Amino acid sequence: MTAPTAPATTGTTATADPAERRRVTVEGVVQGVGFRPYVFGLAKELRLTGWVTNTAEGVLAEVEGAGPAVAAFCARLAPEAPPLAVVQSVRHEPVAPRGDEAFTIEVSRAGGERRTLVPPDTATCAACLAELRDPRDRRYRHPFVTCTHCGPRFTIVTGLPYDRANTTMAGFPMCEQCAGEYSDPADRRFHAQPVACHACGPTLRLLVDAPDGPVERTGDPVAGARGLLAQGAVVAVKGLGGYHLACDAANPQAVAVLRHRKARGAKPFALMAADPDELAGLVHLGPEERALLTSARRPIVLLRRRRETDSDGRARALVAAEVAPGSPDLGLMLPYTPVHHLLLGLPGDPPGPRLLVMTSGNLGGEPIVTDEAEALVTLAPLADAWLTHDRPIHVPCDDSVVRVVDGEELLVRRSRGYAPFPVALPFTVAPTLAVGGDLKNAFCLGRDRHAWLSAHIGDMDDLATLTAFERAERQLESISGVVPERLAADRHPGYRSTAWARRRAEGRPLRTVQHHHAHIASVLAENGWDGDAPVLGVAFDGTGYGEDGTVWGGEFLLASYDGFRRLAHLAEVPLPGGDAAVHRPYRMALAHLHAAGLPWRPGLPPVEACSREERRVLAQQLERGLNCVPTSSAGRLFDAVSSLAGVCQQARYEAQAAIELEAAACAVDLPVADPYVLALRESGLGPWQLDAAPVVRAVVADVTAGVPAALVAARFHAGLAAAVRRVCALARERTGVGTVALSGGVFANTLLLTACLRGLREDGFTVLRHRLVPPNDGGLALGQLAVAGRVRTD
Amino acid sequence: MGHGGGGVLSAELVRDVFAPAFGGAHLAQLGDSAVLELGGARIAFSTDTFVVRPLFFPGGSIGDLAVNGTVNDLAMSGAVPAYLACGFVLEEGVELETVARVADSLGAAARRAGVEVVTGDTKVVESGHGDGLYVNTSGIGLIAPGVDIRPQRARPGDVVMVSGPIGVHGVAVMSVREGLEFGVEIVSDCAPLGDLVRSLIAAVPDVHVLRDPTRGGLAAALNEIAASAGVGVTVDERAVPVPAEVANACAILGLDPWYVANEGKLVAFVPAEHADAALAALRSHPLGAQAAVIGTCTDQHPGMVVARTGLGGTRVVDLPLGEQLPRIC
Ligand SMILES: [Fe+3]
Ligand SMILES: [Mg+2]
Ligand SMILES: [Zn+2]
Ligand SMILES: [Zn+2]
Repeated sequence: MTAPTAPATTGTTATADPAERRRVTVEGVVQGVGFRPYVFGLAKELRLTGWVTNTAEGVLAEVEGAGPAVAAFCARLAPEAPPLAVVQSVRHEPVAPRGDEAFTIEVSRAGGERRTLVPPDTATCAACLAELRDPRDRRYRHPFVTCTHCGPRFTIVTGLPYDRANTTMAGFPMCEQCAGEYSDPADRRFHAQPVACHACGPTLRLLVDAPDGPVERTGDPVAGARGLLAQGAVVAVKGLGGYHLACDAANPQAVAVLRHRKARGAKPFALMAADPDELAGLVHLGPEERALLTSARRPIVLLRRRRETDSDGRARALVAAEVAPGSPDLGLMLPYTPVHHLLLGLPGDPPGPRLLVMTSGNLGGEPIVTDEAEALVTLAPLADAWLTHDRPIHVPCDDSVVRVVDGEELLVRRSRGYAPFPVALPFTVAPTLAVGGDLKNAFCLGRDRHAWLSAHIGDMDDLATLTAFERAERQLESISGVVPERLAADRHPGYRSTAWARRRAEGRPLRTVQHHHAHIASVLAENGWDGDAPVLGVAFDGTGYGEDGTVWGGEFLLASYDGFRRLAHLAEVPLPGGDAAVHRPYRMALAHLHAAGLPWRPGLPPVEACSREERRVLAQQLERGLNCVPTSSAGRLFDAVSSLAGVCQQARYEAQAAIELEAAACAVDLPVADPYVLALRESGLGPWQLDAAPVVRAVVADVTAGVPAALVAARFHAGLAAAVRRVCALARERTGVGTVALSGGVFANTLLLTACLRGLREDGFTVLRHRLVPPNDGGLALGQLAVAGRVRTD
Repeated sequence: MGHGGGGVLSAELVRDVFAPAFGGAHLAQLGDSAVLELGGARIAFSTDTFVVRPLFFPGGSIGDLAVNGTVNDLAMSGAVPAYLACGFVLEEGVELETVARVADSLGAAARRAGVEVVTGDTKVVESGHGDGLYVNTSGIGLIAPGVDIRPQRARPGDVVMVSGPIGVHGVAVMSVREGLEFGVEIVSDCAPLGDLVRSLIAAVPDVHVLRDPTRGGLAAALNEIAASAGVGVTVDERAVPVPAEVANACAILGLDPWYVANEGKLVAFVPAEHADAALAALRSHPLGAQAAVIGTCTDQHPGMVVARTGLGGTRVVDLPLGEQLPRIC
């Protein structure tokens, strides 16, 4: 967070006149967060007159009174700002006194340059929650209770300045009582744009699937939905940024039905619980995890499961095995809207499911559904009922996903609660649009020292995602005020994001950035790395287009924002059949065996997993190099080892084989005594080769000798971390560079990241890791922006 | 190698190098064949060079391809193919018997296609410079008055159909070339389409577009049409006929059958009101017995081809790259 700039007292000459007046401009997240009532209160306290208003730049005020009081106002303004506000700058200048009668809040002034920041959507605050539960309160059980400190923001804003007219609440005129609160500077709802009540607000409805289309169910919609969930139904629930599909997490049939309908393979589902302690017997729940769970951002927090032996039976019964089969983690979030609180039951409600599966309401890979009419059609094959309402969602925003690694937050998906809050940059960027990658797309707009990373958009394979990308891009341009003069995209010739950037460049310069260079630049930028000094960048992921037309993904780069040199990489193996090898890890294992010169012996798990016919053709394919692009991918090495160890042969969701290999390793006490050893070869002037063939050989020997998969998995993780450490040490010897930057989707692996951090720090390296943006392709756009947009100041 | 793959690179080569260098107005249309007015008649004119390996494969040879490739390019303008010219480039040392087999198959293919080879040329290049044998054919055909078939005529609302299962020819050639054993022999369905097109036009004179999905397969053909007409194409993934053995071979190799070359299949864009008649005409011909409607032309997403998946999703179908690079991270 940017430290508030201490207001410098500009030279005003002290006169005999006691009345002094100043015009004060505040920039940052200062709208929709109760900033004007706060200014009003501060002015009253200091007995100042004048006015305050929202403008497109932020908040503008004029205060008049005794000199010391005016100075105190300016000094206290930033430090005492309300909780959701982020003050980025305060500027003030003297103006002529006018002798106002009082201090007033004025109507917003539109127009001008748009610099103000729209806050992210925020979980229901304690005060609102208390009202929701209080039978004497007029908002008792109101599904849309909100105030200036909480509720929807980013997803309902249609324009700036942030006023009710520029939100999707424009269609709900306030009742007299709400209007009274809205205009009372002393009230918690003063100028809270989404304010509403039973009399004037949006309404909740329950619709149930029927042969001729959904029909509305009478009675209390929430009670009805809880009843359906208790019976094992799948209910589509409209949330802040889109629909969820909910079912009772304790009901194996219900979870299996949802999994089947979503055609989701084994991909883990997220859970929502009223109380995190429900899961305490099942997962490790440290103070950092608790803090993230209960934060106003309310992400899905990935919690590492306890080993079977020490997890208690009561907690296990709460979560059906079908929720996250094979995953080392459970993803948990707490309720963040009043509807969620009601759905999980208020004190005194009849019993209902205590733990719900809450998964994005969408078809695989497509954007989350936000529109009511669309939800009734698109989600019909998935849901038995809809708990929906008539407050429109202007832009979709998926749940964010985070975990704690080495005591700090690591984002897996940065979306609701985070977007559109900008990442502060250590340098100035020209107005630039970086379009990101093709999978897990998020794009980024930058200007000055701000990088506005979009919410999670999705995979660009789908037409619906491309459409969502365009809509989100327009909205983010409008709320950030960035008018891009440059574009940045990945260098992959087949990326749809890159093709989009080319089509839309319209004469503006487009810079393509190598995938792993962008990964490293993103971790540098978020760590405040300034200047041209290079670092040792370790970029491990599944796939990125390399400079030489091969598929990279196990890269050691000597990198700065301006460029990079490939110092070392995992030795190349053929990727037989592109995406087919990715979907079928046993093909990767067989390719690694082939590359290591090892026979495909019957009894080895990948050999058994591959039909005789496919093996015959695959052997011919590898021999001839047919549709076999060479790859140095670290993600594919994980796939190969996962297959060889007998853990995973078919990947039904991204990185499944690697995730399950990590899960397997968790069953072993770490650190293991004998990690596998990769061979490091220096080869002339080219990059050093880090060869996994000895690892493959050792894995085969272990598997053949009946060593358990858990130990194989643990030795592999430890071995890869040791290899990273070894290459970095050699690279420091040769280059003198002592800072390592870790990025790429493989570094979402807790075991590997933890081991690398520990080892590299022991060796005296400064290690830069991700905290603010994901290490996977969801953070790519920030790196593209840093490379293409950075303005050199020397 | 990427420049011959029928994908992004060859499109760039034609657009950026050849078209500006040659500069003719007819070339600017960039169709598979040129349509020319000559002495009051409308003539389609096309040329193609065949460098395929191996020279012989199950279901055909380079001789069949040399005839069918050019004849089909002419037919895709709605022309009735009539005459071929044929050039051979022989590598020194190539066996005479091989040349004779190719010549025989070429002659037989010409008779089957109802065209006459009327002129030719032979050159010999030094050993090591020619990969055995190359063939070039050029052909002309007459276009009946009123027939106007070209990619630019695709209109929103048109029904899109294929004349039969796709991917067979490409997989057949590849399996021989690469020595792949799939357990079942896949035989090329390479065939001349002049007669099929003639019966289609007889039933539905106002066919908008015909295209033979050769290099780059169905995906490339549909993308080229979408781009030239500025329309969108929506294909129902499950409606595209792919024989099981082709699907299986592609799955094993990690290829997408939509990108595999065909020779002997066509894609047609037909106004909706004539769709039933067109489908019936195709199906009543032996080469179109398994014709199927695969999608529609739309004003949504202009320039883009989109596949509706079994799950109800919408996958974007790209122009093929030189190689099928993975995008998964
Ligand atoms: Fe990546
Ligand atoms: Mg052709
Ligand atoms: Zn509140
Ligand atoms: Zn009200």
